[in-house]
Amino acid sequence: MTAITNDFPRDHSLAEPRDLDLGGKSGGRALKNSIATFVMWAAFAIAVIPLVWILVTVAVKGGHLILDSTWWTNSQQGVTARREGGGAVHAIQGTLIQGLVTALISVPIGVLTAVYLVEYGRGRFARTVSFMVDILTGVPSIVAGLFIYAVFVNAFGFQRSGIFVCFALTLLMIPVVVRSTEEMLKLVPNELREAAYALGVPKWKTIFSVVLPTAFSGIITGVLLGLARVMGETAPLLILGPYTKAIATDLFGGNMATLPTMINQDRDQAVTLPAYDRIWAAALTLILLILLLNLLGRLASRFSKV
Amino acid sequence: MQSVTGVSIADETAGPHGQSPLAGDGAGTGRLGDRLFGGAAIGAGAIVVGLVTLIGVFLLSQAIPSLMKNEANFLTSTEWSVGGEHPRFGILRLLWVTVLSSLMALAIAVPIGIAVALFITNYAPKWLSKPAASTVDLLAAVPSIIFGLWGLRVLGPHTDGIQNFLRDNLGWFPLFKETTVGSSTTIFLAGIVLAIMILPIITALSREVFAQTPPTHKEGALALGATKWEMIRTAVLPFGKPGVISAAMLGLGRALGETVAVMILISSLAQGTAFSFSLFDGGETFASKIALGAGEFDTPQKTGAYIAAGLVLFILTFIVNAIARIVIERRKAFTE
Repeated sequence: MTAITNDFPRDHSLAEPRDLDLGGKSGGRALKNSIATFVMWAAFAIAVIPLVWILVTVAVKGGHLILDSTWWTNSQQGVTARREGGGAVHAIQGTLIQGLVTALISVPIGVLTAVYLVEYGRGRFARTVSFMVDILTGVPSIVAGLFIYAVFVNAFGFQRSGIFVCFALTLLMIPVVVRSTEEMLKLVPNELREAAYALGVPKWKTIFSVVLPTAFSGIITGVLLGLARVMGETAPLLILGPYTKAIATDLFGGNMATLPTMINQDRDQAVTLPAYDRIWAAALTLILLILLLNLLGRLASRFSKV
Repeated sequence: MQSVTGVSIADETAGPHGQSPLAGDGAGTGRLGDRLFGGAAIGAGAIVVGLVTLIGVFLLSQAIPSLMKNEANFLTSTEWSVGGEHPRFGILRLLWVTVLSSLMALAIAVPIGIAVALFITNYAPKWLSKPAASTVDLLAAVPSIIFGLWGLRVLGPHTDGIQNFLRDNLGWFPLFKETTVGSSTTIFLAGIVLAIMILPIITALSREVFAQTPPTHKEGALALGATKWEMIRTAVLPFGKPGVISAAMLGLGRALGETVAVMILISSLAQGTAFSFSLFDGGETFASKIALGAGEFDTPQKTGAYIAAGLVLFILTFIVNAIARIVIERRKAFTE
């Protein structure tokens, strides 16, 4: 029998020391242990099944359409449910534009809030802000949409348009950006801050040119993941962003198509109609877009300095 | 650690050396740059606080006029007719469908989520544990409308068997009673799909707390002769309990507010259908009712009724999320 030495594994995947046989466990305990092991593996398999099932379904049903180049160049203008053809460029454009504008509004607010929480915030107000970020994380997307509708359409009398969709999505994206930036800022070593202060650099400059650049790639990861989340949102679009089959790029007036509303528009079509295939193609396009953002986000975190 | 689920226990993770980052209060020199930047940071924080407050205030102020005109009891009525001179609407049915579908989702997702989190932190071989975690995270990246579409067109028909089995054999139990809905598009189906949707949230958070179990606890259990399962039951699970509870709460919050998937999955009922407790009934949740009613937002009175429903949903998720937060805060105080 070997003695237990200091190189006893201390990591999380702690293995049972195999050669430490002290007479074995009773049958019942061993059986329970085996059952538990089996259950854990089975649970993981159960969790993976829906993901694979969804991805395969969408790829199989929508794959042939998106391989066609017209899918990426044409809109659905003039195409009825019974006719084949047309593309999704109007919806792709709308999703990208709205996503970009949402990011432009929410990233500064989110990053600054995180800077406040990590670098400045102490005491009661900071705890309130942190609590509110959590609450904002939990606000259902439909409530965000309803709130923007209540303010801008009901109270101020504007028409529904793309920019209000962006406002609603901003509410959903801010907490994601805050939380991920906060985590990255906390990882920046204190020595860097101390070094800057010791050189007489004022606090704002320390944050601006030392802390934020160090955490930069991590912040980008958070932004991309947040973007991936809001681009797939549908609920606020149902209230604020009516669908159109034509290409529309004006955020401030008129209808604007997006991939989720394109799917929603035709979701009840019969299986035999060409429109049915287009729903799945739109779904595949949306999934690919979101996977791409996720991939880029993970890639960005590879370059992380902290 | 970042995840697409958008939930984390960020507040708990201390800085690199176990302390929180330097406040550097003395470094704020009172120069213009410092005052501007510090002001902007505080301003951003204030915006966040202001936004949440505004959501409550605006929803409340626009719901009140409609609630005043409402001729039925808002909390106990099951009717929903919001137009005309004599609007009568109440949320009882919406509340029931919302809570029932979410609780069913929770009942499925919590055990599986815990098991998956344990698998990732304790059972998976080293090479598998990271890819396994990102795979489950990926589930959170799938847009909800695609869950709805898939649930309706692909998964739904496969659940006919089990739905019919429960209805035929356990029909005496109120939850499994026969209803007017003939197809598979029931609260039951929505519960299953919601469970899949909240699984990554529950897994991600549970995984984070399980991974923080002090190795000494685990080694202690093993040294006393515990099997791996006994070690998990006596060391990992008790340590992770508050984290799991708040994970479940966050999952519940997400399920309560899920809109599009539920809207697609549950068939609407005709006006005046008798109220039923059954899982095999149709109906609407708060969120799906609002989404379906979006076309009806033409008068302030009608919109106000939907906003009142949205307000109740907001309060519901607010409470659930606040509980999650408090549970994790108390754990923090306990472990420090």
